[in-house]
Amino acid sequence: MENLTILYLGMHPEIRETVVRVINGNGRWRGIGAGSTEEAMRLFLFEKVDVLLLGCGIDPETEARLRKDMLELAPSLIIIQHYGGGSGLLLAEISMAVEKHHPKTLNPSL
Amino acid sequence: MTTTNTTTNAIVHKANTRGHANHGWLESYHTFSFAGYYNPERVHFGVLRVLNDDRVDAAMGFGKHPHDNMEIISIPLEGDLEHKDSMGNSTVIKNGDIQVMSAGTGIFHSEYNKNPDQPVKFLQIWVFPNKKNVQPRYDQVTLNVNDRHNKLQQVLSPNPEDEGVWIHQDAWFHMGRFDKGIDTTYAIKKAGNGVYAFILKGDFTINGHELNQRDGIGIWDVDQLDIKANSQDAEILLMEVPMDVA
Repeated sequence: MENLTILYLGMHPEIRETVVRVINGNGRWRGIGAGSTEEAMRLFLFEKVDVLLLGCGIDPETEARLRKDMLELAPSLIIIQHYGGGSGLLLAEISMAVEKHHPKTLNPSL
Repeated sequence: MTTTNTTTNAIVHKANTRGHANHGWLESYHTFSFAGYYNPERVHFGVLRVLNDDRVDAAMGFGKHPHDNMEIISIPLEGDLEHKDSMGNSTVIKNGDIQVMSAGTGIFHSEYNKNPDQPVKFLQIWVFPNKKNVQPRYDQVTLNVNDRHNKLQQVLSPNPEDEGVWIHQDAWFHMGRFDKGIDTTYAIKKAGNGVYAFILKGDFTINGHELNQRDGIGIWDVDQLDIKANSQDAEILLMEVPMDVA
């Protein structure tokens, strides 16, 4: 789970700021935030994004299209639905998703 | 250390295996992974995602912080908990009250111990909603605690017209306080749901499992729970929840 770049997309500006700050509070992760799908795609194209974290306020059709477009460009992208809007669940959400995609990351013995 | 004891359709979480965080002013026990406590074996029970058992020192508390897309239930056990939120609510809840927030598209709130000279103890419970991005809402009710003596009192349901508070999820919570030796049963409300029972005080036997104060047990694939109080004034919280996280 070293040096992950995590792109958070959420429509609530204060929650977005909070989530990105919490992500950046973990020394191993870098958080960047987007408040629209256009901004998210722009950041995605210019940054090496490992994880897309989906926050609140995204309509289902837009989310489905974004997932499809990003995975076509980067099949290894990890996409997580974030619940709770803050620090409580972030660590577990990200850790579980990374473990699922890259088992050796958390279990070197595997 | 093994933190879980799993049988065919039940999982026991002993009180002393919970995550623990002591920040001085705040002491919290986490049944499921939360904040700095991460245990991949302990992430959720169905849609029940957070069960935090918190103590906050006098006049201390959580400053303004956000939530979204979560049903958040607070149950005070001792003392007075002051709540203020971005919807304009400013309230104090105490033992016998139950508070719910549907965070939906996003809210901010703060929680402080209202008392200058005694701690507040409360449960904070988070349930995944069955619908994303709902309009944020707040509600609280005061329950008659005598209505849970030697029986189960419904404190939460999916139905706004029903007893207790309601949430965006097919979940039902009940609380009970029992004399020693009293038996009761709990019938599952919705087929496929499981029940997470949390022992607030005293000792119980549930479906053959011996449980003590602050132990928890999750049970699924059953139609009912058989519950027996093994100590006087034993208190329990039952949380029936869907087992599938959408």
